Amino acid sequence: MLLDSKIPSGPIEERWDNHRFSMKLVNPNNKRKFEIIIIGTGLAGASAAATLGELGYNVKVFTFHDSPRRAHSIAAQGGINAAKNYRGDGDSVHRLFYDTVKGGDYRSREANVYRLAQESVNIIDQCVAQGVPFAREYGGLLDNRSFGGAQVSRTFYARGQTGQQLLLGAYQQMMRQVEAGSVKLYRRTEMLEVVIVDGRAVGVVVRDLITGEISRHSAHAVVLATGGYSNAFYLSTNAKASNATAIWRAHRKGALFGNPCFTQIHPTCIPPSDEHQSKLTLMSESLRNDGRIWVPKEPGDSRSPDQIPEEERDYFLERKYPAFGNLVPRDVASRNAKTMVDQNKGVGPRENGVYLDFAAAIGRLGESTIRERYGNLFDMYERITGEDPYRVPMRIYPAPHYTMGGLWVDYNLMTTIPGLYAIGEANFSDHGANRLGASALMQGLADGYFVLPYTIGDYLAPLLGTQPVPIDHPEFAAAETQVTDQVKHLLGVGGTRTVDWYHRELGRILWDYCGMARNRTGLEKALSEIPALREEFHSNVRVLGENETYNQSLEKAGRVSDFFELAELMCHDALHREESCGGHFREEHQTEDGEALRDDEDYAYVAAWEFQGVGNRPRLHREDLEFEYVKLSQRSYK
Amino acid sequence: MAIDRPVTAPQREDAERRDTAVGRSRRVAFAVDFYRSAVGKKYVMAITGIILMAYVFAHMVGNLKIYLGAEEMNHYGEFLRQLAYPIFPHSGALWIMRLGLLAAVILHIHAAVALTRMNRRSRPTKYASKRDYIAADFAARTMRWTGWIVFFFILFHLADLTIGTANPDFQHGMPYENTVASFQRPLVAIFYIVANIALGVHLYHGAWSMFQSLGWNRRRFNAWRRYFATAFAAIIVVGNVSFPIAVMTGIVS
Amino acid sequence: MDLTLHVWRQAGPDAEGSFETYKATGVTGDMSFLEMLDVVNEQLIEEGREPITFDHDCREGICGSCGFMIDGQAHGPQRGTATCQLHMRQYRDGDEIWIEPFRAAGFPIVKDLAVNRGAFDEIIRAGGYVSQATGSAPDANLIPIPKPDVDLAMDAASCIACGACVAACPNGAAQLFTSAKLAHLNLLPQGQPERYTRAERMVETMEDYFGSCTNMGECE
Ligand SMILES: Cc1cc2nc3c(=O)[nH]c(=O)nc-3n(C[C@H](O)[C@H](O)[C@H](O)COP(=O)(O)OP(=O)(O)OC[C@H]3O[C@@H](n4cnc5c(N)ncnc54)[C@H](O)[C@@H]3O)c2cc1C
Ligand code: HEM
Ligand code: HEM
Ligand code: SF4
Ligand code: F3S
Ligand code: FES
Repeated sequence: MLLDSKIPSGPIEERWDNHRFSMKLVNPNNKRKFEIIIIGTGLAGASAAATLGELGYNVKVFTFHDSPRRAHSIAAQGGINAAKNYRGDGDSVHRLFYDTVKGGDYRSREANVYRLAQESVNIIDQCVAQGVPFAREYGGLLDNRSFGGAQVSRTFYARGQTGQQLLLGAYQQMMRQVEAGSVKLYRRTEMLEVVIVDGRAVGVVVRDLITGEISRHSAHAVVLATGGYSNAFYLSTNAKASNATAIWRAHRKGALFGNPCFTQIHPTCIPPSDEHQSKLTLMSESLRNDGRIWVPKEPGDSRSPDQIPEEERDYFLERKYPAFGNLVPRDVASRNAKTMVDQNKGVGPRENGVYLDFAAAIGRLGESTIRERYGNLFDMYERITGEDPYRVPMRIYPAPHYTMGGLWVDYNLMTTIPGLYAIGEANFSDHGANRLGASALMQGLADGYFVLPYTIGDYLAPLLGTQPVPIDHPEFAAAETQVTDQVKHLLGVGGTRTVDWYHRELGRILWDYCGMARNRTGLEKALSEIPALREEFHSNVRVLGENETYNQSLEKAGRVSDFFELAELMCHDALHREESCGGHFREEHQTEDGEALRDDEDYAYVAAWEFQGVGNRPRLHREDLEFEYVKLSQRSYK
Repeated sequence: MAIDRPVTAPQREDAERRDTAVGRSRRVAFAVDFYRSAVGKKYVMAITGIILMAYVFAHMVGNLKIYLGAEEMNHYGEFLRQLAYPIFPHSGALWIMRLGLLAAVILHIHAAVALTRMNRRSRPTKYASKRDYIAADFAARTMRWTGWIVFFFILFHLADLTIGTANPDFQHGMPYENTVASFQRPLVAIFYIVANIALGVHLYHGAWSMFQSLGWNRRRFNAWRRYFATAFAAIIVVGNVSFPIAVMTGIVS
Repeated sequence: MDLTLHVWRQAGPDAEGSFETYKATGVTGDMSFLEMLDVVNEQLIEEGREPITFDHDCREGICGSCGFMIDGQAHGPQRGTATCQLHMRQYRDGDEIWIEPFRAAGFPIVKDLAVNRGAFDEIIRAGGYVSQATGSAPDANLIPIPKPDVDLAMDAASCIACGACVAACPNGAAQLFTSAKLAHLNLLPQGQPERYTRAERMVETMEDYFGSCTNMGECE
């Protein structure tokens, strides 16, 4: 299969404009003749639904949540980037573009990133007009904070609840279209198969989570906005229900999967307290603006932090990276924390964390300012750990957080299956090998509000006059059978172990061998353990209850079985990529001072994998990346 | 319905529901339409509540004359009847006032009953485990009960001191003697005391709540509201309860 | 610590429900309330009994999925936080805990502790938005907004639609949820043009589903 990224030619500043002009349009009163299915109501899905509905398309939106507003985007804390340069500190579209490509360790598409930087500006305008209460200064103008990987202050935020406010904005716009009748909303309904006819995506099969009823829906195009797959690790900062089912079922039907091993480990999370830990809580990266990260110089030093004098503390980030200090990108910060803990300098009861200390900031700015900035985060930390971060330094440790990998899409956000689109975290995205803080919200909203609504028209226009494939088409029947068979199978196994048990085990393997640092032997080990565990899962899992009621174990079982297959793919990808870049750190490939060592000669490409059947080695396709506007260099934050 | 699995709206069964769905043209006068909404009823409760409060207050003050002896009290009763004479015929103004009060009580009760039915519908099945209230105080939760007690009190009270049927030795135009006679019956006196305490409880929440119903709640203002309601309820109770006690203890005879 | 739980079990919307008693053993203070239920559920499954159904997702107190009555209080003893933020260090060994779903006609029970809060979507749908077409927005800094106003709007906008206010309210009223969204939008200049229709439509819809506020203040 040949991968055509459809990147427009010409100077990068003009590509998006020219492309928009050259694309086919659907005239306004023809739009209502098109049916579009959107899976997911997070930032990407909700903003796309709102905009497409507003344009006049007939949209059907599905979410497994009980309300669209519960989508995982709601949890985003820190903020959203935009090249507004309201600070006048030298920011610009080009700088945001440059920072993002560099932050992504040169594994993303220049054209996409540039478009993202251009649209970032419109996002802020759009959201403010919707009534998103971004933080402001006393003058009444919008406030900004700085975020990891950037030397300018370009992050817009709404307290520690930026994602919530942005999602509510998009959700409200979508509900407005529901009221207008252009968007039809399906809640507590999970998409379990995408239907392909003559190589085109023509609909989906969904399961009503309350009644177990399985139904078919057809459309002219299908959009997946179903988020990331960090939960493959079991313990992650993602919401418990976040999963890869939608994109994985699409992958099984032929959509290529891009850079699956590019996963991001977030440096500032609360370390796990015991084996019953069900998820890890993120402490927004913005904390690194004012908090100083340190560990005791002496390994095994078990004194309480206040007992450790200044000169016996190691502020390792400030020491190793004077220029960026505590604001180095996430992958760098995470890896260094790991090194410290591995050197047995970890702090806390389980010696599994490093300190994030606000004493200096409180001394400098006063407690009230800190409370003003991070109040709700500090409260959350205290509720969870029982420690007061205004007095005792926070304990943090890295945790799986974001997945740069996802379904491969071209410049139009279309997957390798015509008519099937992937937006938001679900696609392999513009973040390359590592995402900078506050860029996912930006990407999700850019995709949903400003990119997809244009590019989808280019695909639909030629279909004018055609009806959606009728749902009694044999392919629909086949897809439905697949779903019913899987449900029967999972309920039928009648084994001895719970779904969560298997998920935890899988997570442990992935975290140990395909987590923050990876190496050949480990990955090969994982590739032998995962299939074994998967087999056992399918012969020994216990799912009680029946299909016809709200059955949460059944939901989970389906998702975990997909995680098993995805985990294997992640390991294959990690194993094949003989270099270190961004979130992918191969111990075999590092500089003498332990920095990631890229291999641009052989690996400056997107690895897009083709499904070859469960347990079989997937087939690799390459999309080579050209860099005309930023010159590849060893990332340095010193 | 462009939305899946809609929750059937429990309140729509209510025949009283506004028939003018927003957006569409109104078929009835604003006042009626407004009263059909719960918010409208709250307004009515508040307004009528205020009227009733005003009366209860004035009435209590007027009754204080009982301490100045039969002369004053009866003269005051007469004064009420002569009010605004000759502009109005004998007892004219009084009748207008009576009608006003009657209307207020009826509206107030109608609204109260309607809202109560609405709220019962909104929680058909009670909590099975014990509820643990933090903010909702006793007064707030017993408005309906205290309200009814007050209502029945008023009925009896009218029969007792205005019409006289509930008062063996009732003499027309002699409120002082009537009152004293009435309170010399311990049971009646007790009932008055109980009823007026109930009234106090009712007002303790009511006089605070009505501002909110009218949308007058600012942070600064709220402390003052609580203070006002407490004071008002206290004054009414003390004043009104004092009368039966005064009679029983013979201070007034 | 070991605890005794009395949990409301109900097979479906129309099924009869009742309390069942379970032992939660080996509970640690660092566990969240939901993690404690996870452990109980694992036990139940091992014993071949259906696990307790309860909605949850973010477990960070922001998505609003979780929530039920704990000892007669919505979200339990800890004020101003969702159930997932309640940690077991609040409890002592041997405590008895009563767990029951939110109850309101506007929140029909789905199963066990899970309820359908779809009525909230209806209230937002009726007018909880600013009619703003994508792409036609003016520059974000065109209209300065006084910081105090934005802060108030933000306070109101923080509502997570958990439904605890309705659950706690003796009248089953959704006053707090509705007025929070009204306050959020009406406080901002962008919300001004539609403020009256918005209020009328949202309140009207609210009254379709929920009771009427008598200012009991239990919801706050
Ligand atoms: C704790 C945390 C903090 C973060 N903070 C920031 C930040 O400060 N700045 C930033 O830029 N990014 C941040 N991120 C990343 C960002 O929040 C996410 O990448 C982004 O919100 C993803 O949005 P989305 O719309 O792509 O997917 P989601 O918001 O995850 O939405 C997925 C949607 O798809 C639906 N869905 C999924 N599968 C199915 C299915 N099979 N059937 C039906 N529906 C389905 C779900 O119901 C949901 O509605 C953070 C992430 C986390 C975990
Ligand atoms: C212990 C307290 C009270 C005493 C001693 C008292 C006394 C009286 C007397 C003597 C009259 C007859 C006046 C006359 O006919 O000239 C009267 C009338 C009346 N009282 Fe009271 N009263 C008391 C409390 C109340 C309360 C609490 C209410 C209402 C909530 C009330 C409502 C009325 C009304 C409506 C009338 C009829 C007035 C009229 O239309 O003539 N009273 N009261
Ligand atoms: C059968 C008789 C009555 C009933 C059932 C009744 C019931 C109620 C109820 C349910 C409320 C609403 C509480 C709230 O909204 O916070 C209320 C409020 C009030 N009642 Fe009554 N009541 C009755 C009689 C009276 C009388 C006789 C008075 C005055 C003497 C009175 C004074 C008030 C006041 C001032 C309020 C506050 C208005 C408001 O809160 O909006 N009520 N009553
Ligand atoms: S207002 Fe109601 S729904 Fe919103 S957060 Fe508070 S309790 Fe939850
Ligand atoms: S508790 Fe209920 S009565 Fe009003 S003040 Fe809150 S909604
Ligand atoms: S699980 Fe999201 S708020 Fe509790």
